Order: sequence, then C-alpha cells, then structure tokens
Amino acid sequence: MNDRPSPVIADTTASPAISFPWRALLTALALCSLLLIVILASLSLGARDMSSHHVVDLLMAPDSSADSVVIWQMRLPRTVLGLLVGAALGLAGTLIQALTRNPLADPGLLGINSGAAFAVVVGLSLFGIDDAGVRLAAALGGSAFCAVLVYILGGSSNGKNQHTRLVLAGVAISVSLGACTGIITLFDSAVFDSYRFWAVGALNSPPPGLYSVLLPVIGLGAVIALSLGGKLNALALGDDLALALGAQPVQVRALSFLAITLLCGSATAAAGPIGFVGLVVPHALRLLVGQDWRWIMWLSPLAGAALVLVSDILGRLIVLPGELEVGIVCALIGTPVLLGLIIHFSRRSR
Amino acid sequence: MNIHVSYPSRLYSDKLSLDCGSTRICHDISVAIPDRGFTVIIGPNGCGKSTLLRGLSRLVRPSAGKVHLDGKVISDYSTREVAQRLGLLPQSAQAPEGIRVGELVSRGRFPYRRAFSTWSDEDERAVLAALQATSTLELIDREVDTLSGGQRQRVWIALALAQETPVLLLDEPTTFLDIAHQIELLNLLRNLKETGNRTLVAVLHDLNHACRYADHLIAMRDGRILFEGSPAEIITPSNIEALFGLRCVVISDPVSGTPLVVPR
Ligand SMILES: Nc1ncnc2c1ncn2[C@@H]1O[C@H](COP(=O)(O)OP(=O)(O)O)[C@@H](O)[C@H]1O
Ligand SMILES: [Mg+2]
Repeated sequence: MNDRPSPVIADTTASPAISFPWRALLTALALCSLLLIVILASLSLGARDMSSHHVVDLLMAPDSSADSVVIWQMRLPRTVLGLLVGAALGLAGTLIQALTRNPLADPGLLGINSGAAFAVVVGLSLFGIDDAGVRLAAALGGSAFCAVLVYILGGSSNGKNQHTRLVLAGVAISVSLGACTGIITLFDSAVFDSYRFWAVGALNSPPPGLYSVLLPVIGLGAVIALSLGGKLNALALGDDLALALGAQPVQVRALSFLAITLLCGSATAAAGPIGFVGLVVPHALRLLVGQDWRWIMWLSPLAGAALVLVSDILGRLIVLPGELEVGIVCALIGTPVLLGLIIHFSRRSR
Repeated sequence: MNIHVSYPSRLYSDKLSLDCGSTRICHDISVAIPDRGFTVIIGPNGCGKSTLLRGLSRLVRPSAGKVHLDGKVISDYSTREVAQRLGLLPQSAQAPEGIRVGELVSRGRFPYRRAFSTWSDEDERAVLAALQATSTLELIDREVDTLSGGQRQRVWIALALAQETPVLLLDEPTTFLDIAHQIELLNLLRNLKETGNRTLVAVLHDLNHACRYADHLIAMRDGRILFEGSPAEIITPSNIEALFGLRCVVISDPVSGTPLVVPR
C-alpha cells in the first residue's frame, strides 16, 4: 500500500537541477561588505568628521572626549536605528511583493503608514500627548489596526481576484485615513507642528528605551518572514498548486500580514514613514538573484539596512548644516539604482 | 455496468458532496479510483470535473461525505503527508516571471522540505528523474516564459512528477496543445503509469483520446456520475447522447481497437 512510484535512475552527468547559487552568494558578500563600510561611514561622517581608525578605537575603548560622546550618544544609536529600520522595511517589502505579486506593492499598501500617521495625529489632537513612547505605541497600534482591516477586507479570501482585492482594500483605507489625517492637521496647527516632526521620517532622535521595544518586535517579525520563504515559493505557483504541494495559502497570508505589521509598524513608529525602501529592495534583489523568495528574504534585510544608512549619511552631508529627511534621500538614490538594474537586465536578456 | 472494485482503492470517495459558495457542484459522488490505472474523467463543460479533482485532493472541504486515501480519511493527514501521497496539477498553475525550468520543477519537492532545510541529493535525483521522464532535461536552464506550449506543459508535469506521489491527478493536461503534442503527452502519461507504478487520473476533453488511453472512464454530468467503466463497456451511442446530448455512431478505432465516437 505504501509503495512509492519506482524511482527512475537519473543521468548523473547532466547539469544540476538547481545550479549553485553563485549570484546569491556574491550578492550576499557584496551587501555584507557594503554594510560594513556604510556602518563605519555612518559613525565617522557628519558635522564633525573623524577617521574610521579613530572611530574603531573609540568603539573599543570609550573615553570622556567629545568625540567619544558624539559617537556613543549620537551616532551609534542613530546607526543602530537605521540598521533596524532598514532591515525591517526590506523584509516587509519582500513579503508584500511576494504576497501580492504586484511589483508596485509597498508595505504602505497595507495602510500601515497611514494607520500609524492617523493614530499619531489622533493621539496628539485628542489627548495632547507628545511623548516619544506614547507616539511609538500609538503608531504601532494604528498600523496593526489598519493591517487587520485590510486583511479582513481583501487578504483573507482566496479567490482568483484575491491580489486585486488586497491592493484595492489597501489603497482605499490608506487614502481615506490620509484624508482624515489631513483634515485634523489642517484645523489644528499645534498638532500639525508636532505631527510634521514625526512625519519627516528621520532617524535623528531615537527616544530612550526604544530598542527594548523595537528589538523583540522586529526580531519576531524577521524570524517569521525568514521562515516563510519556501512557502512563498509554493504560493507563487498559484493557490491550487500551493495547496496541492502542502503549503497552506491562508495560513501563509495571515503569517505574512502579521510579520509585515510587526516589521513595518515598528519601523514606522520608530522613524516615521519611510517609503520606497520596501519597493526598491525586493525589486533589485529579484533582478540580481532570481525568483527564489528564500534567498531574497535573507538578502533583503542587508539591502534595506544598507539603503537606509546610505540615505541617512547622504542626507546629513548634502545640505550641511541642515538635514534632508531619510525617506526623500532613499527615493533619490533608490530610483536610479532600480532604473540602472532594469536597463542592464533588459539589455542582457535580449 | 459499473466496475465494482473489490478491494479498497488507495483513493476513493464516499457520498462526497462539494459546494462552491452556496451552490452544490458535486452531488453524492462515490467513486473508487483503480490503483495503478489510468482513469479519465469526461463530461461537458461546467459539469464539475475540476471540482471533483479538487475535492479528491482535499482542496475543497466536503460539505458531506468523505474522501479516503491509503486507508484513512484524507483530512486526518497533515497537508504535508497528503502532498507526499497525492499530487494535483491544476489548470490554474502559473509560473513566476523569469523562472528557469530547473528551479520551477524543483518546487515540486516542497512537501519534502522543512523551513530552513537545504537541497538534498534525494531532491536532486527526483528532479532530474522527472525532467528526464518528460524529456525536458535539455531545457533545464531555459526560462519557462520562452518555452512553447507543449514544452511548458511537459515542464508542469515534471513538477508534479518531482513530487513523487503514488497518485497523480491532472486537470486537462492536454488543453492548448496541438494534436501531436497531445498524443506525445498521453503516451508519456501511459508510460508513467506502466513503468512508474503510479495511479493516474486526468480530465480530458477528447473522447477518442480518452477511449484510447484510459483503462477506466468516469462520465460526469451536472455534478453526478452518469456512468463509469472501461471505454469498451460504456462508450455507446445512447450513453454519449445522455452525456453530451450529441447523436453519434461508435465504431472501432482502426489503430487501437478502442471505441471511436463519430458525431452524426
Ligand atoms: N469559484 C466558483 N464560484 C462559483 N461557481 C463556481 C466556481 N468555480 C466553479 N464554479 C461552478 O462550478 C461548476 C463546475 O465547475 P468545474 O468543476 O470547473 O467544471 P468542469 O471542470 O467540469 O468544466 C460550474 O458550473 C461553475 O460555474
Ligand atoms: Mg475544469
């Protein structure tokens, strides 16, 4: 009864079914080196330039010099925040693109940014609270609420037009909440001023105690995301075939939503809405390493972190002594990178 | 008229009813799939053939009745266990843009892999064997988007073969293929049944192909089984008229000796 179909002896001289993932490994190596350089640069560059040698010394042995204080109290927290936020946005973007098969999908599509913004504004105008911790909690709660709403409206069905429903539900909720946020800030200029401070999407003033919230939430989201790569590969073949292969689309979708909410919600809560990272990272990685979501999932936090840190550094340097918001710089450098990749690969495949 | 399978088949349904939304699509279907046979389901468009296949492979939860697989009710297995015993190639399968043949076929190994496991020699052997059996080994590095319809269909079958399930269900595997590719594919399936120790079920639209290749036919209309049995037993002018509302004569296929339906 339990006999397997008789195995056919394969011709062992043939090329392997899955060629060795050179491209993925090279990309991983390149991203790791880039990340290391960018971290050092993020610690060394700014209004007060230091040599990277000096920075490493101060990291190993902090002293009471002004340089040491700048590094330990300002640049290190900012760099770590950039790493966390970038990694989270990269992972969330990969999940949403795998889920919707829409190359234009962005974690903001689930209403996460608009939900967070709305909650922050409501908190400000109703309760007049302008405390970093409360803002964090409000933003996290708001994004979770929106993600659940979008999931109920469009994500839980498994019909043929499920992807379209998801996108439409996300857009509808984002737009209507954006309008509500707009109305509140239009009539209350005090709220508008505080809101603007959050909405610029900046890494410069992480509130104390932020990491004790951020690390576990992003860590949990990352573990879920990384474990879903293989199942998303099965889902990419269509729901029926995925089910036949033993992947459970409904469960995978629910877990993906949870992970996106944890990752993108906490990143948005901590640093304000930063667009474009979640869009450009999975796109670029797919062009570089192919269609395997497991590889893309592992590489996306590296690429996301590198992109956010580079943007933050450039934003600090371009308009000294002012600063350009990290979200804007991300779009500024992400677009040419993406366009370059697309042009390069469309040439090659011809 | 009906074949009565005297031993329990690996796969059979017991008074199975399947709904789509609030509409009942399949009514009270009790059917046993002969082990190691090639069973073909025929019937007019929209009669519930795909739905039955989906029900047999636990893609639709029965509203009444049960499906039994290898001696247990199918819902008592984990999804992974079912996926190691029973494969389904649905009509709706889609290849991710830009994916290569080797990678696509290797996704058939999903039921054998864990979240963070690596590619094993066993996976490699199964995928190469599946590619070889479907003569797609030389396409291994081609992008699926660039293949012809016949090649693409063979690649999908390779994916289902790489799953190495003793029972394999195929929904209209020959649709969109020209006549030569249809015959090639059906020969491939017959070959798999004979050499591979597999139980095959396919939905086919061409009655004459069904008669030539099937050892068991299931004829459906309006969500019920009208008749079932070997082609020689059940393909008669009156049955065909009952099934499709088509008046015809049945002669003997000059090549295979199986029934040949000629519409009037
Ligand atoms: N998602 C769906 N929602 C509602 N009705 C459906 C759905 N899918 C199929 N049906 C209906 O179920 C019936 C059987 O469909 P199907 O099993 O695909 O038939 P076949 O494969 O024999 O052509 C058809 O009448 C069809 O209209
Ligand atoms: Mg059908």
